[in-house]
Amino acid sequence: MTGIFPLQVSNLTVAYQKKTVLRNVGFNIPEGKLIGIIGPNGAGKSTLIKAILGLVPKVDGEVSIFGGSYRNRRKQVGYVPQRESVDWDFPTNALDVVMMGRYGHLGWFRRPGAEERRLGMECLDKVGMSAFSGRQISQLSGGQQQRVFLARALAQEADLYFMDEPFAGVDAKTEKAIIGLLHQLKSQGKTVLVVHHDLATVEQYFDHILLVNGELIAAGPTNETFTPENLQRTYGGTMALIKGNAASPGYGGDASC
Amino acid sequence: MADFWIILTGTLAAASCGILGCFLILRRMALVGDAISHSVLPGIAFAFLLSDSRDSVFMLAGAAVFGLITVFLIQFLQRGGLQADASIGIVFTALFAFGVILISRNASHIDLDLDCVLFGEIAYVQWDTWILNGYDLGPSAVWMLGGTLLLIVLCVGLFYKQFKLCAFDPALALACGIPVALFHYLLMGLVSVSTVASFESVGAILVVGMLIIPAATAYLLTDRLSVMLLYSVVAGAVSSAGGYYAAVWLDSSIAGAMIVTAGILFLLAFIFSPLHGVAARYLKRRRLKSAAA
Repeated sequence: MTGIFPLQVSNLTVAYQKKTVLRNVGFNIPEGKLIGIIGPNGAGKSTLIKAILGLVPKVDGEVSIFGGSYRNRRKQVGYVPQRESVDWDFPTNALDVVMMGRYGHLGWFRRPGAEERRLGMECLDKVGMSAFSGRQISQLSGGQQQRVFLARALAQEADLYFMDEPFAGVDAKTEKAIIGLLHQLKSQGKTVLVVHHDLATVEQYFDHILLVNGELIAAGPTNETFTPENLQRTYGGTMALIKGNAASPGYGGDASC
Repeated sequence: MADFWIILTGTLAAASCGILGCFLILRRMALVGDAISHSVLPGIAFAFLLSDSRDSVFMLAGAAVFGLITVFLIQFLQRGGLQADASIGIVFTALFAFGVILISRNASHIDLDLDCVLFGEIAYVQWDTWILNGYDLGPSAVWMLGGTLLLIVLCVGLFYKQFKLCAFDPALALACGIPVALFHYLLMGLVSVSTVASFESVGAILVVGMLIIPAATAYLLTDRLSVMLLYSVVAGAVSSAGGYYAAVWLDSSIAGAMIVTAGILFLLAFIFSPLHGVAARYLKRRRLKSAAA
C-alpha cells in the first residue's frame, strides 16, 4: 500500500434525463484487490463504472484515480465494456481488436506497429487465444469474444481495471480463464473492479464488494459485507437467500444500465 | 476527351463518397448520410445568393455548415425524446424543402437550375473549365472533387485509428481520451463537403447511392476495414466507367446509369461474395447438413 487509493469516489450522483440512477455514492478502493460490484438489474452498476470513466456525465461528485483526475491518469486505467456494446460484424480480426488497447498510448498520430503487434500477440496468448489472432471477430464464440476483450484490456497495461460483466453469457472454460487472469493481475499488484451478478460465486471470486442499488448499500471485505442482511437491503424483500448457495434473482443480463 | 473527364469526375465523386460511406455503414448511420446529402441544399442556395456566383469554396463552406446543423438538429430532437428515424426524416425533408423554396424563389436571377441540383449534369463537366491566367486547367468539377478526395484521404489517413475505434467501440475510444464528438463532427463535415462536391455531377438524390452502395458492396467482400475502404473506391470507379458506357449505349442519364451499375455490382456481391454472399452461405449450410447426415 502506497497510501494513495487507486480509486476514491465521493458524493457521486448520476442522472439520465430526469431519472436519478445513482445517488450520493462514496467509497475508497484498496490497492491490489479484486472488487465485485454487486446489485440487481438496473441498480446502476454499469453506470457507476461509466461515470467514473467519464463516459456519462455526473450531476455531482468527485472521482480520484491514484490521487489525480481521470483525465491525467487515463493511461493507468483499463476498461472492458459489455460484450454486447460493440458490433461484432465489424471488419476486423482478433489481434486488431487487441491492438486497439494501445491506441490511447499512441497519441494523435502514431500508428500501431511491430511493437503493438508483439504485445497484442502476447496478450492474446495470456487468454489462450493466440491461435485465433487472424480470425474475423464474428467467427468467434461468445466466450472467445470476451477473452479478446480481456486481452485488449491487458494490452492497455493499466494499474486499475474496470470490467463490465465479463462473465455474462460465457462458457465454463472462459469463466475459468478469466478468473485465472484476475488472480494474475492481482498478484501483480493491480486493482480490478468487476460488475458481477451471479451471487453464487461472489464469495469465491472477490476480496471486496460494493453492494449497489441506486445508492451504495454497503462496501468492504467480502467476508464482512456479503451478509444476508446487506443482500436483503440490496435486493429487497423478494429474495430467498441461503448463505453460501445464494439464489440469484438478478440473473440474465444487465444491458439497461 | 469527354469520356475521360466524365468517367474521372464520376470516379472521384464515387471514391470520396465511398470512403466516407464505409464509416457511415459501420456506424449504422447510412440514413444520416442520406439526410445530410439532402439538407445541404439550403446551404448551397445561400452560398449562391450571398456570393452571387458558383464559387466552389463558398458552396463547400455553406454546405458544410448546413451538414453540421443537420447532424446537430437530429441529435437535438433525439435528445428531446423523438425516435431516431423520425428525427432524421423531419430534419432533412424540412431543410431540403427550404432549399427548394430558396432556389425556385430566386431562380430568375441565379444561375442554378433545380433539375441540375437534383439529378446532376455530369455530361457537361468538360465545358465548365477552370481558367487561370488564361490557361485552361481542365474541368473545375475535377479540381473540386480531386481536392475533396485529397482532403478525405488526408483526414482518414492521418486519423485512421481514431476513426476506426470511434466506429467500433466509441466507449473505449472515449475512455482512451479520443475526442469522439470531434471525430463525429469531422466525419459529418466531410460527408457534407463530399456531397456538395459531388452534387454538381450526380445531383443531390443520386449522391446517396454513391455514399451507400459501393461501401455496402465492399462490406460484403472483406473482413478488413482497410481493404473495405479500398474496395469501395474500386466499386465506385467501376460503377462510373460501367455506368458511363451503359448510358452511351442506352442513350440515357449518365448519373442514373452509374448508380444502377453500382446497384448491380452490389447485387452480384450480395449473391456471390465468397465471404458473406447468399450463395456461399447456402453452400456452407448444405455442406454442414450433409456432413451431419
